[in-house]
Amino acid sequence: MSKTHVTTTINGEPMEFLTDASSSLLDVLRGPLGLTGTKEGCGTGDCGACSVTVDGRLMCSCLMLAVEAEGKSIGTIEGMAQGGQLHPLQQKFLEMAALQCGICTPGVLISARALLEKNPDPTEEEVRFGLAGNLCRCTGYDKIVRAVLETAADMREAAR
Amino acid sequence: MNEMSNKWIGARTIRPDGADKVTGRATYSADNTMPGMIWGKMLRSPHAHARIRSIDTSKAEALPGVKAVVTAKDVVDFPLDKSVMLGIQDMRWMCRNVMAREKALFHGHPVAAVAAVSEEVAAAACALIEVDYEVLPHAIEIEDAIKPDAPILHEWNQFEGKPSNITGTMVLKAGDVEKGFAEADLVVERTFTTRPVHQGYIEPHACTVSHAADGRVTIWSSSQGQFMVRAMTSLLTGIPQSNIRAIPAEIGGGFGAKTIVYLEPVAVLLSRKSGRPVKIVMTRDEVQRATGPAPGSLMTVKIGAKKDGTLVAAQGTFYLQAGGLPGSPLRGPVGCSFAAYAIPNVLSTGYDVVSNRSKVAAYRAPGAPHGAFATESVLDEIAEKLGLDPLDMRVRNSAKPGDKAIYGPNFGDVTFVETIDAIRKHPHYKAPLDKNPRPGVKRGRGVASGFWYNAGGESSVQVNITEDGNVVVTTGHPDVGGSRASIANVVAELIGIEHSHVNVIIGDTQTIGFSNLTGGSRVTFASAMVATASCEKVIGQLKDRAAKIWKIDAEAVKWEDGMALPAGDNAGKFPPLSLKELAAKANEMGGPIGTQVQLNTTGADPGFATHCVDVEVDVDLGIVRVLRYTAAQDVGRALHPGYVEGQIQGGVVQGIGWALSEEYLYDRNGKVDNATFLDYRMPVCSDVPMIEPIMLEIPNSKHPQGVRGVGEAPIVPPLAAIANAVHDALGIRFTALPMSPPKVTERLEQG
Repeated sequence: MSKTHVTTTINGEPMEFLTDASSSLLDVLRGPLGLTGTKEGCGTGDCGACSVTVDGRLMCSCLMLAVEAEGKSIGTIEGMAQGGQLHPLQQKFLEMAALQCGICTPGVLISARALLEKNPDPTEEEVRFGLAGNLCRCTGYDKIVRAVLETAADMREAAR
Repeated sequence: MNEMSNKWIGARTIRPDGADKVTGRATYSADNTMPGMIWGKMLRSPHAHARIRSIDTSKAEALPGVKAVVTAKDVVDFPLDKSVMLGIQDMRWMCRNVMAREKALFHGHPVAAVAAVSEEVAAAACALIEVDYEVLPHAIEIEDAIKPDAPILHEWNQFEGKPSNITGTMVLKAGDVEKGFAEADLVVERTFTTRPVHQGYIEPHACTVSHAADGRVTIWSSSQGQFMVRAMTSLLTGIPQSNIRAIPAEIGGGFGAKTIVYLEPVAVLLSRKSGRPVKIVMTRDEVQRATGPAPGSLMTVKIGAKKDGTLVAAQGTFYLQAGGLPGSPLRGPVGCSFAAYAIPNVLSTGYDVVSNRSKVAAYRAPGAPHGAFATESVLDEIAEKLGLDPLDMRVRNSAKPGDKAIYGPNFGDVTFVETIDAIRKHPHYKAPLDKNPRPGVKRGRGVASGFWYNAGGESSVQVNITEDGNVVVTTGHPDVGGSRASIANVVAELIGIEHSHVNVIIGDTQTIGFSNLTGGSRVTFASAMVATASCEKVIGQLKDRAAKIWKIDAEAVKWEDGMALPAGDNAGKFPPLSLKELAAKANEMGGPIGTQVQLNTTGADPGFATHCVDVEVDVDLGIVRVLRYTAAQDVGRALHPGYVEGQIQGGVVQGIGWALSEEYLYDRNGKVDNATFLDYRMPVCSDVPMIEPIMLEIPNSKHPQGVRGVGEAPIVPPLAAIANAVHDALGIRFTALPMSPPKVTERLEQG
């Protein structure tokens, strides 16, 4: 089977890969590209563990073909911290114990960042609906929601 | 010990494994690769119940790219007539669960496995394996499996002299229930059902293994016990434990279900046959079909009370759905349902029922939520009929210290009343509730309590002082929810150094001493106890070194704030020696500083919890929404409050899913119809409110820091608490779970 050559950008870096037509973006991220921070929980777009951004838009990478990454800019958890400096959401999750096993955490963080970029001042209900596509079985969501709300408040304060 | 300062115990520190987990660097079971690795895939039964007449693997083996095929013939057989136990698991069932032997017992049961150069080739090879099945009638539900003419799963099993699907019983007794019921002013008897629910961890089972040419095996997988992985793999492959190194990957949720193996022994056999490292990753579909849910149940509970609410007799009959192979957690409902109450006459009976579903695995307080759903619902009805406050009635009947527990021992501390009082005094319980807020909507409030045994058991902890005077702690327990953070707090406190200078890691089977499973709410209890003993030994070594340097008796040295100080008559005679200074002199003063302590820990007193919940029911759509939830529990001592709260909040939300939305759907052929996260409906963020935990810190006197197990008790009360709240809202008592929209509308239409 011949492979398709894809030129894309991942976490701001130019990237090229060869892929089967049937491979998902998730398969390529976790396989040949070695970016295993993006997790596979279901493969059907129901758990959000594989969340990435594509040109800034939140996507389940298990539902997107790898060839569709051509010319796009992909953001994964590996690119969330900048030069060793954690993103405020990452720092707040640690401070507020907003993770237990941590398997959903990369997807939750990517979703939460996408939410705050669109809505820097969300209500609790907006956070809950914004993260409704990310299953977490450990935390009961309480500390996740609080961490996102507190980060949003900190980021608004910092932006003044 | 450094009781005075208490700088770290109880502090909300940042967990040692945290940065890796928020940046995607933590490596879970599916994240590993090995050089030359190939891929394994299971062929699974398409039938719910079938005899396997023969398996022909020749076409699969001939497919280019296929490197090995294994079937039950390759797995060590444990004959049916002799039980071989590993912990609570019977290897006769484990060997048949990892690979079907005489029969396929459920849709999804593995019958063969292939290793090939890619997942696609492995899947294609599976399709080429020819299995000659004799399809048999199946039984899915308990009621169908215990009918007189039910299809029998295991012909060798007899119950009351006849072939049966009842494969085990458990009975606990106190007093004389007939006499007790005769003395009662009110007797309430109800029958309840709950559906099997999956633990729902987001990380599917996966492993990477290497069987080297010299017979040495490396297993990389996530589990709730690397020693369990090693022992089970050894038993099922015949490879000695000394040759199996089981490395614990980060675990993406387990909740009990990763206390057994599914893939590792099969991957080892494939690796041995192929001579290549093998990786197997389950799909979500495979996880939902073929890994252990918690059992479904059919239960009858009868309780007798005096007019003043004093309970005089209780009888429970609990049928649990084991799945295709025996092993329901009978001690959950049989032992826990009435344990918190001082009832003079009790008869509690459990039956283990096999049926054609995936074999059950442990799930958070195994079996206890089922029994509490029945018992706490009946208690609610009794309180209502007697016109008593349901919490007052529970206080009146609480077990007392020294009482003989129904499951055997005499209680030490009993902190049940404290959890009830915490709810009674909480603003939530006192807040007015508008029961008819708008047309088509009803609201109600419910309470319920729960009990879990907790556990001690074997743990090993190493504490090593590094040459630069910092601390590395190695434990043998996979960390499912922050145990490393708790142990770091304890060790920083005891040694008297900054928390950031303590690193806690989890050893593999060949680098740390035996440590039992992460389960039973035991790890923080046991490993804090053993870490404390390790720290005491290390502090002893440090004091010895200081004494040698000062040329005084070791008894004349004290350890404070990370420094050795001369004490007593010698006080002030020498400048203090810091951990750093002592570490730097370690080699010249006697060698490395460090120790490993291994203990079989005891003294894990039981856990009690009382919950209060407000619900809102949409009477047109049948949707039950949880509006407010408060959960009180005696946690002994919260070493890291953030992760203790997290255990309570997470357990409650799992309970909410169990009560309101989670169930398996089977088609007429006995196949699972909803093996996806879309259709198997676990709570999402927008389904639930904040969960308010009330942590009561009543120290466990048998633990150096006062710890009690925390993780399991929180899932025990929610099913009944929510059902009691729905009753308060609608006046309808739900005795069947889940209270999902179709079931609620059906009951409402019945009136």
